[in-house]
Amino acid sequence: MSTESIPWPNSAVTPAPLVERLHEWVTTVDHKRLGILYILYALLFLVIGGAEATIMRIQLIRPHNHFVSPQVFNRMFTMHGTTMIFFSAMPILFGFANYLIPLMIGARDMAFPRLNAFSFWMTAFGGLLLYVSFLGGDGLYGAGNAPDVGWFAYAPLTSKTFSRGHSTDFWILSLLVSGFGSIGTAINIIATILCMRCRGMTLGKMPLLAWLNLTMAGLVILAVSPLTAAQLMLLVDRYLGGHFFDTQAGGSAVMWMHFFWVFGHPEVYVLVIPAFAFASEIIPVFSRKAIFGYPVMVAATVCIGFISMSVWAHHMFTVGMSSAANTFFVLSTMAIAVPTGIKIFNWLATMWGGQIHFKTPMLFCVAFLFQFLIAGLTGVMLSSAPFDWQLGNSYFVIAHFHYVIVGGILFTLFGAFYYWFPKMSGKMYNEALGKLHFWLFIIGFHLTFDFMHIPGILGMPRRIYTYEPGRGWDIWNLIVTIGVFVQAASMLVFIGNLLWSYFRGEIAGSDPWDAWTLEWSTTSPPPPYNFAAIPEVKSRRPLWDLEHPEDPDWLYE
Amino acid sequence: MSAPSATMPEANIPWSLPARGPVGMYCLIAAETAIFTIFVVAYIFYIGKSLSGPQPQDVLRVPIFFTICLLSSSLTMHFAVKLLRGGRMRSFGLWWLLTIALGTIFLVGTFREWRHLIYDEGLTIQTNLFGTTYYSLVGLHAFHVTVGLLALATVSIFTLLGHVRQEHAERAEVLSLYWHFVDVVWVVVFVVVYVIGR
Repeated sequence: MSTESIPWPNSAVTPAPLVERLHEWVTTVDHKRLGILYILYALLFLVIGGAEATIMRIQLIRPHNHFVSPQVFNRMFTMHGTTMIFFSAMPILFGFANYLIPLMIGARDMAFPRLNAFSFWMTAFGGLLLYVSFLGGDGLYGAGNAPDVGWFAYAPLTSKTFSRGHSTDFWILSLLVSGFGSIGTAINIIATILCMRCRGMTLGKMPLLAWLNLTMAGLVILAVSPLTAAQLMLLVDRYLGGHFFDTQAGGSAVMWMHFFWVFGHPEVYVLVIPAFAFASEIIPVFSRKAIFGYPVMVAATVCIGFISMSVWAHHMFTVGMSSAANTFFVLSTMAIAVPTGIKIFNWLATMWGGQIHFKTPMLFCVAFLFQFLIAGLTGVMLSSAPFDWQLGNSYFVIAHFHYVIVGGILFTLFGAFYYWFPKMSGKMYNEALGKLHFWLFIIGFHLTFDFMHIPGILGMPRRIYTYEPGRGWDIWNLIVTIGVFVQAASMLVFIGNLLWSYFRGEIAGSDPWDAWTLEWSTTSPPPPYNFAAIPEVKSRRPLWDLEHPEDPDWLYE
Repeated sequence: MSAPSATMPEANIPWSLPARGPVGMYCLIAAETAIFTIFVVAYIFYIGKSLSGPQPQDVLRVPIFFTICLLSSSLTMHFAVKLLRGGRMRSFGLWWLLTIALGTIFLVGTFREWRHLIYDEGLTIQTNLFGTTYYSLVGLHAFHVTVGLLALATVSIFTLLGHVRQEHAERAEVLSLYWHFVDVVWVVVFVVVYVIGR
């Protein structure tokens, strides 16, 4: 279909001076620009967090290594975890949600554009605050620097007694501030999806991406708020002399664990549900089939959302809970594998019998299917409390959740980058470089995280800065670190591809994938108002209906 | 065909969606509920776990009058919004001011209670677990009342300047949702702190 009818309003005019353009970006309330700001900001932190991981892996490459001191190692794993979860994964997913949801539901912007800008700048400020700790965290007695209490910051390590100076305060405040941003964005996503859909787009006709992000936003509201509350309590303890987590005065350190993981486990689903959303958009388009089992996909997603609120204490089996609590959390954790399994079968059924085009986005999604399955299997293993007692806090756990976050989430995210890059930039990416990125990354990923399971089973605990030779861990740690360098090389290819394609890529056109959702009906990149006339839909694949008036989808839905 | 119109010729179905204001406010209320839930859980978990006095049964007095004031402010708020929707600006302004007055009386009550506890009973946030959880939970609620009062005061300033008109009723209603929520939270706090906790 032709899409040249509405030109970018300023395209013929000479570009405004740099300062003016920067000013426009800083003051923007446009969902597309905020989405891109979120994504670029998160990419920056992805690189920083990756550098911190690399420092840790170099330290662990051989026994008795002296690349960094134990103190620096503690800061590195704390900053790596905090950065990757709060300032890389979440903003990047919010960025895609921001950019895509209004376009996919046929709206001109989010429901609350100014709240949107506010949320982004809160998140951005939170990230800066965390990293200022490297400069300003040196409080009393020269203790501290960057936070070094681990990303889940168990009490009583975070009390004034054990964590002097201000490094922990930087951690608390940065998460508090970015938490407000996350809640703001979640409110915005829900209001946008419920109140801004174009004519004819009933809830049952929304693209799956909108449904999954709706669930994700609900989880953010219910999960990030408890973290905010827990951080407020920790601030009361640290600044006003309260006793919430002070065991000397009758307080409970286990309370903090519960409060943190009430946030921490749904957070995993906050991250993985948008990843499912990308897979649910990309796999049908590159299989040339409509998604298999749309209603079941929606039901499974909402089901995952509900169950994920009741599994948090599987992070605490090793703490020693009552057997009733252990049993409950074992069963609820295993139960969540059911809707997740349903989704995997639906994606496979979507591909089954389709004309599969192995472009880069599809490659990443296929790899995601396999890797997420393995991550889920080790998850079911760890969900069994006796097994967890053996391997809790070992590198097996680290390998498991990196399999989820890197092998599942990051892979689909790269798929999403390649899939929507033509829409966001108006240019095609370089397919050869994209494939090179994929193969390098999948080799690096498997070198690192497949072999990381083994030292875990052999008893290597997490968060140790070095280890004795002769325990059978040496060779595995060497392989894991080599894998990190392959991953780093693939990231260079990825960033190089983005830059090269942005400046030199071919013009993409409005619908390079022959896809079916509304974002492909407008120009690439879309004009500030998205749609000259608000579209009207009759099925889940409006562009299919347009191109095939003789056999439209709405006859069958 | 021009790109953005994915219009079907015969599509002419009725189409209405919820207003974004109330939806946004309900989401905010859900988030606030989660925050308060954590504080309430902490309060209940720590009942009777203080290692030293004073204990709640010795020092807490049930603030019945101030509770009545806060709860009736929800009622006056409801009337005020109804009057605004009917376009009766003078009565709206009066009921709105009455709401602010009742909310302020409640805050005065909290202030007097805290002064009594701090100066007469020697209970501060540092004294024991009861002090920590009590001041945090009641303080968090009082903070929300304060924020609500500031928002209400902003509206009344605009009313006095004549900027509030009948078509703003929906926005006032969104604000009233928040105010009702703060009242409901007080019912929970009241039950937990002054009934169960004693």
